[in-house]
Amino acid sequence: MVLIYASSPEGQLKKTAFEAVTYGYKVAQSLGAEAVALTIGNVDNAGVLGQYGASKVINVPAGGFDSGVYANIIAQAAEKTGANVVVMADDSTGKSLLGRVAVRMDAGSVSGVKSLPDTANGFSVEKNVFSGKAIASYNISSANKVVSVTGNTFPPEVVGADVAVEDGGITAPESRITVKEVSTVKGTVPLPEAELVVSAGRGVKDPGNWGIIEELADILGATTACSRPVADVGWRPHHEHVGQTGVAIRPNLYIAIGISGAIQHLAGVNQSKTIVVINKDPEAPFFKAADYGIVGDLFEVVPRLTEAIKKHKG
Amino acid sequence: MKLLVCVSKTPDTTTKIAFTGDNTALDTQGVQYIMNPYDEWYALVRALELKEAAGGTVTIINVGAASNDTVIRKGLAIGADDAIRVDAEGGSAYFVAKQIAEQAKAGGYDMVFFGKETIDYNGSQIGSMVAEMLDMPFVSYATKMDVSGNTATISRDIEGGQEVVELSTPFALSAAKGLAEQRIPNMRGIMMAKRKPLNVVPAVAVDEKVSIVSYALPPAKSDCRYIDAESMDELVELLHSEAKVI
Repeated sequence: MVLIYASSPEGQLKKTAFEAVTYGYKVAQSLGAEAVALTIGNVDNAGVLGQYGASKVINVPAGGFDSGVYANIIAQAAEKTGANVVVMADDSTGKSLLGRVAVRMDAGSVSGVKSLPDTANGFSVEKNVFSGKAIASYNISSANKVVSVTGNTFPPEVVGADVAVEDGGITAPESRITVKEVSTVKGTVPLPEAELVVSAGRGVKDPGNWGIIEELADILGATTACSRPVADVGWRPHHEHVGQTGVAIRPNLYIAIGISGAIQHLAGVNQSKTIVVINKDPEAPFFKAADYGIVGDLFEVVPRLTEAIKKHKG
Repeated sequence: MKLLVCVSKTPDTTTKIAFTGDNTALDTQGVQYIMNPYDEWYALVRALELKEAAGGTVTIINVGAASNDTVIRKGLAIGADDAIRVDAEGGSAYFVAKQIAEQAKAGGYDMVFFGKETIDYNGSQIGSMVAEMLDMPFVSYATKMDVSGNTATISRDIEGGQEVVELSTPFALSAAKGLAEQRIPNMRGIMMAKRKPLNVVPAVAVDEKVSIVSYALPPAKSDCRYIDAESMDELVELLHSEAKVI
């Protein structure tokens, strides 16, 4: 049995959860086992996880996120369902939970896997290491196994229909953490989940010039991001900073505007499927990592690109 | 307050990564090692600030061989009071977590600090494991922490925003950008670090459940294709029909 913990930020199941269930379903198929999904707290429409391959969904009531409480619930659910493989997303929830669940279940664990397990000789999975500069193949030798899945890697696949949501007869332990406030951007896809990202750096020169970046993002339906210096001086909010010390992303398209491409920045974006670099400096190191490069003044190139996309969409 | 900061030694960010032994081990030749940046810049410095504000001690712990002592001494030079090195050649995240938990149990710490991840294996697992082993609450990716008495209010990074939580000591946390500002050790700190205690303790035995079988380098990136700055229609067409991303 494979148990998938589907995270539900602010009560909503999102692409990240569907990706985890799709992955878990595929693992279950390769093991000839069933995939059961688990949600925690008040979740809208949890039965939808059946569409991605869960044969049933267990929902356990609990308060705000507390890794100790949630790990306890996941381990209880694994025991009740007889699951020896637990799958979750490598999101902010998964990063707090994975190690705890592994310890509770006496399981071997690998975070941020990017391949389905090779079960020909044991159970091995691939993961990016050295900030994307290498890939390591890990073997898990224990009976119980826990993995978290890298985002934007296993697209959600609809294979079935909604299923019933059951109360698993599981009680949450008391929490030692009080969630006081959750504040997230509304009306845009959060960066770690975004498929299209438009990002800009110091080349934009002034926060007042950000309009052209937002226009391009709007017409593309992309999420905006920025480089570290731009976040550090407060031109853009901290949560938009991508790079090693900021958010690591792997969108389908990353458009870098006026960003030189320091190694610390690349470490957070080098897993993007397609990279477009717009920079007036032909020597900018970012061009080495780019698929498409445009050497030119961003104040001319970006509006032109926005127009071209408008035309393409129209 | 008794504070424990877990630090790791990692290859410098700019290291060129290569492997030896039929791609089963990192080629360490010419690799420059540093203290994992998140451990040094954010976790250690926030712990020192708390000590400066309210008194107490800051202890560094590292799991590794004697060659890690330079990194540990740097932590002492930045201001930690003493250090523990669990003498081991390293192992899985679980192995390291087990060693830290073993030492932390004996120490009775109020807070156990980690960096949000190490820049070598990018696992982000050890803090969560140690918290479970010690039965402590754990807050990951902390970007701000205010402490009053034994209560802490912590902001942490979540997808597209922040979550603010409140909890009491003892607890564990992992540090992200924003929690503190990097400190450079001064000459006095470096001199004092030489006399601060660095206790070397033996490792406890652990049954490994996870091992790295092999490494690979990512597929080589094709050369950048340059598009004329006047020809944005061409770029859009390529993104649509060649890259298939729009």
